Amino acid sequence: MSSRKPLLQTKGLGIQFGGLKAVDEFNFSIDNNQLFGLIGPNGAGKTTIFNLLTGVYTPTSGQILLDGKTINHSSPTQITQMGVARTFQNIRLFKDMTVLDNVKVGLHHSHQYSLLASILHTPSYFKGEMAMDEEARSLLRVFDLEKFANVKACNLPYGKQRQLEIARALATSPRLLLLDEPAAGMNPTETAELMETIKVVREKFSVAILLIEHDMKLVMGICEKICVLNFGTVLAFGTPDEIKNNPDVIAAYLGNDA
Amino acid sequence: MDFINQVINGLSTGSMYALVAIGYTIVYGIGKMINFAHGEIIMASAYFAYVGMSFLHLPALVAVILSIILTALLGVLTEKVAYKPLRGKGSLEVLITAIGVSYLLQNVFYMIFTSSGRTFPQIMPKGAINIGGLSITYITIITLIVSFVATGILLFFINKTRLGKAMRAVSEDQGAAQLMGINVSTTISLAFAIGSGLGALAGVIYGAKFSIINPYIGQMLGIKAFIAAVLGGIGSIPGAMVGGLLMGVAESLTIAYISSDFSDAVVFGILILVLLIKPAGIFGSNVREKV
Repeated sequence: MSSRKPLLQTKGLGIQFGGLKAVDEFNFSIDNNQLFGLIGPNGAGKTTIFNLLTGVYTPTSGQILLDGKTINHSSPTQITQMGVARTFQNIRLFKDMTVLDNVKVGLHHSHQYSLLASILHTPSYFKGEMAMDEEARSLLRVFDLEKFANVKACNLPYGKQRQLEIARALATSPRLLLLDEPAAGMNPTETAELMETIKVVREKFSVAILLIEHDMKLVMGICEKICVLNFGTVLAFGTPDEIKNNPDVIAAYLGNDA
Repeated sequence: MDFINQVINGLSTGSMYALVAIGYTIVYGIGKMINFAHGEIIMASAYFAYVGMSFLHLPALVAVILSIILTALLGVLTEKVAYKPLRGKGSLEVLITAIGVSYLLQNVFYMIFTSSGRTFPQIMPKGAINIGGLSITYITIITLIVSFVATGILLFFINKTRLGKAMRAVSEDQGAAQLMGINVSTTISLAFAIGSGLGALAGVIYGAKFSIINPYIGQMLGIKAFIAAVLGGIGSIPGAMVGGLLMGVAESLTIAYISSDFSDAVVFGILILVLLIKPAGIFGSNVREKV
C-alpha cells in the first residue's frame, strides 16, 4: 500500500505574485480513487492551488508530480490530456451551447477524426460523431441530465448547471477530478444530492477527487482526508475527526479568542 | 422589374462582402481581435489566382483551389508571426499591428506587381439569362451559389463537427476550453485559415466581377465587409451573411436610384447608424455591462 506511487504529489509548491506569497511550501499527495478535501478561510489560496495543479499558473517554487513526473511547465491543455480535470467556483459552462455539446467538447481529445473526414463526410466522420454522441449521452444519463440534452446550458437550473460541469469534466476521462466549491449557492437538499453524486462519480469512474468546499457537512461527510489551508500554508492535515478537534483549525476559523 | 434586377445585383455583390465579413467575424469570435489586414489577405488571394492562371497557365479551377490554400496559409502565417506574440497584450497593440500587416502586404504586392492594374482572366462565362424580363448575369448567379454553399458548409462544420465545437468553446471561454483539453493556438490558427480561405473565394469573385486587380483592392472591400460584420453583429456567422447581403443591396440601390457618388457615403452612413442605434448589430448578443 505505502510503496505505491501517489497519483499526484506536490513538493514545496509555491507561487508568489509580486510580494505576496499566495501559496507557500504546500506539500500534499493524493492516491488513486481517494477523496480529499481542501478547506480554509476565504483567500487562503485554495483556488490558486487548483490553478497551479491545472497549469493555469506556473509555480514559482516547488514541484508538481503527476505519476511521479513533474508537470510544472505543462500547459493546461496538456495537463487535461494527462488526466486532470476541474470545475470552477463560478460556473464556466459554454452557455450558448447545448447540454449535449458541452459534454462533447469535453470528449474533444478522446475522439479524433480528421478535418478532411468531416468535410468529405467519410464513414469515419459519422462513426466518430456517433460514438461521441453515444458517450456524451451516457454521461448525461449518470447525472439524470439526458432529458435536457438539447437545452442551452444557460437555461438549466442552477443545481443542474453544477452537475453538468462535473459531467463535462468527466468527459475528458480524468484520473483526478478537481471540484471547486461544487456546493456553492446550493440549498441543503441540492447539497445532499450533490454528496450522493460525488460518491457515485468516484465509484463509477474510479477517479480521485480533490474538493474545495466551505460546506463543512459535505466535506466532513465524504472526504477521507482533509487539508486545511490558511494564508497559503498548510495549517492542518488529517482525517475529518482529527480536523474537527484540531485547536489550530478552530482558531483559524473562529479567531483566537473563541 | 428594374428594381428586382438591382436587388439581385446587390445580393450578388453582397454575398461577396459576406464571404469577407465571415472572415472578420470568425477571427473576432475566436481570437477576440479585429484583423484589419483581412482585406489585404483577399487582395493577395486575387493575385494568387491571377498568377496561377496567367503565368503558370493552370486551369481556372486548379488555380482557384491553389489560391484558397495559399491564402489560408498566408492567413495562418500572419497570425503566427504578427499576432501570436501579442496574445495577452492590449487590443490597441494588436490593432496597430494589424494595420501594419495590412500596409506590409500592400507594399509587398506593389513591389512585385507595381500599382498598375492587372487584367484578371475571365473565368466565368459572360452573358446573362433572361427570366420573364429579368436579366441576370452568370457571374451574379455563380457568386450567389458559391457564397451560399460555402456558408452552408461552414455552418455545418461549426455546429456539427468536433473541431467546430472546439471553435465555439474557445470563442465562449478560452480558459475553460483549454481545461477541456482543447489546444487554443491550433483553434485560433484554424479560424484564420477558414476566414482567409473563404476570403480567397471573395478575392476570386472580385477579380471575375471587376476584371482588374491592383494592390489596393483590399482596402475598400475590407472596410465594407467589416461594416457588414458589424451590421450583422460581429462574432455571428449568420449575422455576417445578412450584414453583407444588406450592404450589397443598399449599395446597389443607391447606385441605381440616387447616384454612384453616394454609394460609399450610404455604406458608411449605415455604420454610423448601427453604432448609434444597435451597437451589437442585428444578430449580436447584448453585452451586459456590469455596474
